[in-house]
Amino acid sequence: MNELAITVIGRDRPGIVADVAEVLARLGANLTDSTMTRLRGHFAMTLICVGPAAADVEAALAPLAADGQLLATVRAVTPDGAAAPSGEPYVMSVHGADRMGIVAAMTRVLADGGGNVSDLSTRLTGSLYVVVAEVEVPPGSADELAGRLTRAAAELGVGVSLRPADSDLL
Amino acid sequence: MSDPDYVGLGGWTPAELAVPGEVRPVVTAPDGVLSRPGPEVDPTSDEVVRLAADLVATMRVSPGCVGLAAPQVGVSAQVFAVDVTGHPKALTVHGVFVLCNARVVEASRWKAGREGCMSVPDLTGDVKRAGRLVVEGALPGSGRPVRLVTDGFEARALQHEIDHCAGLLFLDRVAGAHAVYQRKVYL
Repeated sequence: MNELAITVIGRDRPGIVADVAEVLARLGANLTDSTMTRLRGHFAMTLICVGPAAADVEAALAPLAADGQLLATVRAVTPDGAAAPSGEPYVMSVHGADRMGIVAAMTRVLADGGGNVSDLSTRLTGSLYVVVAEVEVPPGSADELAGRLTRAAAELGVGVSLRPADSDLL
Repeated sequence: MSDPDYVGLGGWTPAELAVPGEVRPVVTAPDGVLSRPGPEVDPTSDEVVRLAADLVATMRVSPGCVGLAAPQVGVSAQVFAVDVTGHPKALTVHGVFVLCNARVVEASRWKAGREGCMSVPDLTGDVKRAGRLVVEGALPGSGRPVRLVTDGFEARALQHEIDHCAGLLFLDRVAGAHAVYQRKVYL
């Protein structure tokens, strides 16, 4: 079974999800994990699906991209299953005046400390830039990591907090 | 504790401040004052009494505002006003009050809820807060110590304002990467 990584992004309009999902359904591609969201007026879909050959999906999506408003990419990937969480779950919040390099600097600190980002979103509203990342950090390393994040944030003139993710189950 | 509210507000109202409050401009993130922990204050000082009156006045002219902390009017200090009167989600309601140097002494019944903030006008976020709360602080003017027991929405408002005084925004406590939202409704 082929596993495909598909991205579709373009100017938002009603029907993008329906159009893409119909193409995939027609080809017998089973949509597994996905995120689909609007980012500053662009609609972005990132999805994994299982089924047909990459070339067939690419060809079937091509008419959707023909008017130049949507960009679709399809790539075969190796199924490797869901990675087991490797550390303790934390949430990093960063907020401050927008400037170049905030995500780069803060995620570099996380990476150097062995932290693995599993989800991250950013928002720019006015001059306020907000980053919220879910990250798994090596057991016992959170305090030291928080210290390094605070120093990096101070250099950028932004604030940061690193807190244990809420793991309560209902 | 037979009376859980044993050193409550004792009928305090802003009239006790005996100064007219002035409406001050509300500062918004990323203003640095919002990220600095505020110092403790002398609740009996004229400056703090005026600040308390200004917080109440500014809160009252701001639609939907249920609390306002000193850093939100540009003053780094541990002073805030709260008034959840009439809010549909409020259970216990202490009316309008101002607390100085407040701290949480007991917190339980944690529950997630959506929060906004006048200083972060375009975003909201899901934040877990204690649904039952005991807070100690001092009243502006007399400096009388207060121990408030509250719950639900008023407890959430108090935690949000105490965070402001510590230089924290709700953004510092959001539950995850998908727990920040563009605000859809402005009050």
